Amino acid sequence: MDTHAHEHATDARPVLEGPDIARVMTRIAHEIVERAKGADDVVLLGIPTRGVFLAQRLAAKLAQITDRTIPVGSLDITMYRDDLRMHPPRALARTEIPGDGIDGKLVVLVDDVLFSGRTIRAALDALNDIGRPRAVQLAVLVDRGHRELPIRADYVGKNLPTSLRETVKVQLAEEDGRDTVLLGVKPADQ
Amino acid sequence: MQRHLISAADLTRDDAVLILDTAEEMARVADRPIKKLPTLRGRTVVNLFFEDSTRTRISFEAAEKRLSADVINFSAKGSSVSKGESLKDTAQTLEAMGVDAVVIRHGASGAPYRLATSGWIDAAVINAGDGTHQHPTQALLDAFTMRRRLVGRDAGLGQDLAGKRITLVGDVLHSRVARSNVDLLHTLGAEVTLVAPPTLLPVGVESWPCAVSYDLDSTLPKSDAVMMLRVQRERMNAAFFPTEREYSRRYGLDGDRMARLPEHAIVMHPGPMVRGMEITAEVADSDRCTAVEQVANGVSIRMAVLYLLLGGNEPAAANRTEEK
Repeated sequence: MDTHAHEHATDARPVLEGPDIARVMTRIAHEIVERAKGADDVVLLGIPTRGVFLAQRLAAKLAQITDRTIPVGSLDITMYRDDLRMHPPRALARTEIPGDGIDGKLVVLVDDVLFSGRTIRAALDALNDIGRPRAVQLAVLVDRGHRELPIRADYVGKNLPTSLRETVKVQLAEEDGRDTVLLGVKPADQ
Repeated sequence: MQRHLISAADLTRDDAVLILDTAEEMARVADRPIKKLPTLRGRTVVNLFFEDSTRTRISFEAAEKRLSADVINFSAKGSSVSKGESLKDTAQTLEAMGVDAVVIRHGASGAPYRLATSGWIDAAVINAGDGTHQHPTQALLDAFTMRRRLVGRDAGLGQDLAGKRITLVGDVLHSRVARSNVDLLHTLGAEVTLVAPPTLLPVGVESWPCAVSYDLDSTLPKSDAVMMLRVQRERMNAAFFPTEREYSRRYGLDGDRMARLPEHAIVMHPGPMVRGMEITAEVADSDRCTAVEQVANGVSIRMAVLYLLLGGNEPAAANRTEEK
């Protein structure tokens, strides 16, 4: 355990720190208000685990800007994944749709890292079973590229060009005790 | 988790808690406009019922359909079994059709175990009740109901039933529900007491991980949940008690007895209830009785079991660390 933590500390370097993440979230909140012309019908849905915390932070910022409470919830996509058959079943996370539902609303999906796009594809399928939003947008803290599907984010905290050998790890205070985005290198196959 | 679910005794505490936690999320699907998940698309599940059942068979079928599995229902009546086909031949027929899981109910104790270990089929085997042996999904849905009511829906996540006092009353001898519950509740840390006339307790009950009493009235005040078992007349071929009236006076739950329970305690029944025998209509219809809730919870539990056994390339393992 200790050696593992040690490796992480030396190999991974932070590309975003706490204050950067806070600024980025404030900017995304303003962009949402601007594009949604006031964010009247916005519903934020975070994708577990860290997307949920980011969605809650965005909701708090949006509330400050607009002086209204913004509905925020979570959308677990585990049972909609396209790689279910390739792993043992994963533990499920919570899907919590705000009371007024998503029909006719502007749903903004929130996730920490946008990579292949497969998580978002699963999220769109999951949404489909829950209701019919007016429109769906995507906000991510980090876009690291390497899309495998025709999916793009509407709001991006940081574009981070990476190679497939690199790893991107988001840590958030709510889950990990601190806010940071770490860029590391996958250990070479032995 | 193992590849099959034959006995509640095969589940570790972490397996059981994982199933209960998964069922809690599955329960939320029932509140949605589209009560369906694509998780088991393209998987075929056979419900192989050699013994009558309404609740369990419909519950499994609902769970399978909510997870988008292809469902084949097979009941012994009107099948080749009534022409004399053996379990082995039936199993091989199913194997030839390429089924992924078999949900089996059988009058003979051990039939699901035989099916799972004989090498006749590759499919995962889920025991839906065999003779007087086991009925693991019933025990799981009972534990789920207890955890929800006694610990809390959200507060219960990740928790077991440590320290909860559960009393099972009635025909323990013929009850696979009682056997499964004793095993599972013990694994989950609950203190189980069986209450029954001596004639309805099996030989060897003293080696079970539970206490035994013949006196219902003194046990009730020390119970967080009391589960009434049906007197299974169809399995009785001898006189186990003098009259039904005497049984129900000593071991039946009526309004007066229910009043002896602690304020928070619940009354459970796996169904089908025989009103006037082990439970009066007054108790059965009170809001402390969870019989209807147990049926609803049964669908969530069976969805969880099917997902954890069939959802991936191998059964789920409890305590697996999350990865991206």
